[in-house]
Amino acid sequence: MMDISTLHYLAVAAMLFTIGVFGIFLNRRNVIVILMSIELMLLAVNINFVTFSSALNDITGQVFTMFILTVAAAEAAIGLAILVVFFRKKGAIGVEDLSSMKG
Amino acid sequence: MVIKMIATAAFYLFSIILLLSALRVITASNAVHSVLFLILAFFNAAGLFVLLGAEFVAMILVIVYVGAVAVLFLFVVMMLDVDFQSLRQNAKSYIGGGLVFGGVMLLELITLYFAWADVQPTLVAEAAVVSDITNTEQIGQVLYTDYVYAFQLAGLILLVAMIGAIVLTHRRRADVRRQKVADQVYVKREDVLEIKEVKTGQGIS
Repeated sequence: MMDISTLHYLAVAAMLFTIGVFGIFLNRRNVIVILMSIELMLLAVNINFVTFSSALNDITGQVFTMFILTVAAAEAAIGLAILVVFFRKKGAIGVEDLSSMKG
Repeated sequence: MVIKMIATAAFYLFSIILLLSALRVITASNAVHSVLFLILAFFNAAGLFVLLGAEFVAMILVIVYVGAVAVLFLFVVMMLDVDFQSLRQNAKSYIGGGLVFGGVMLLELITLYFAWADVQPTLVAEAAVVSDITNTEQIGQVLYTDYVYAFQLAGLILLVAMIGAIVLTHRRRADVRRQKVADQVYVKREDVLEIKEVKTGQGIS
């Protein structure tokens, strides 16, 4: 209880990832919250990387975390841009409306 | 001993607030509340990173996620006039499937981690970094040498994302008169200027 081991951090990351997956199921009509759930899952992956980086005493995990951050930022920007354009055209952002993009 | 106790308390504080705010992100009925709880979750994850000895990544997380990504979400949520209540209807019918899927995934992950801890008992024991250079310096020494191509590629990804977002959201509006710099530059004297002979006592017809 008193000693915080690597397993504690891994358990937190696992729970966070599960919350992200659950969020996609729970909000499957709302694209914005699905994007936020994906951000949560990426955050859990980052916690995993930093934990192993700290446990194995290897800085590579933290370097990789920064690349994940880059990709997450790019993904959020593009996803939200697509969402804004779609809202301008259709006036709705439900997932079932998005299937009309046929892409 | 006291320092260890404080570190333990900080770990539980950060991780409990992180998980609770993550739960609020996916359950909040107002999307603005979701974004605000997302910001809280990122702050607490940054706290966990500091506890792990990764200060640089923690600060990057606060700057990039809270300062850029979460604010981007906030802008979009507030700009789009979406009825979020209607998007949440019959959300309850999805809870069962989500719980089964998420529960299986959580069980698998935890089983995996405990199996890993059994296999690698020596590696987990001591995480103390014996080094006189800072975390930021360590990352810099590796990032700009071993991973320089990956670093350049990350910059390229950001550039493509930036151009893509601008091209996607930019629109030409017909009701706005815009300055056309090229037309202004290429204008000739004959187009705008006409010389007339004016006789004394008469005006120009």
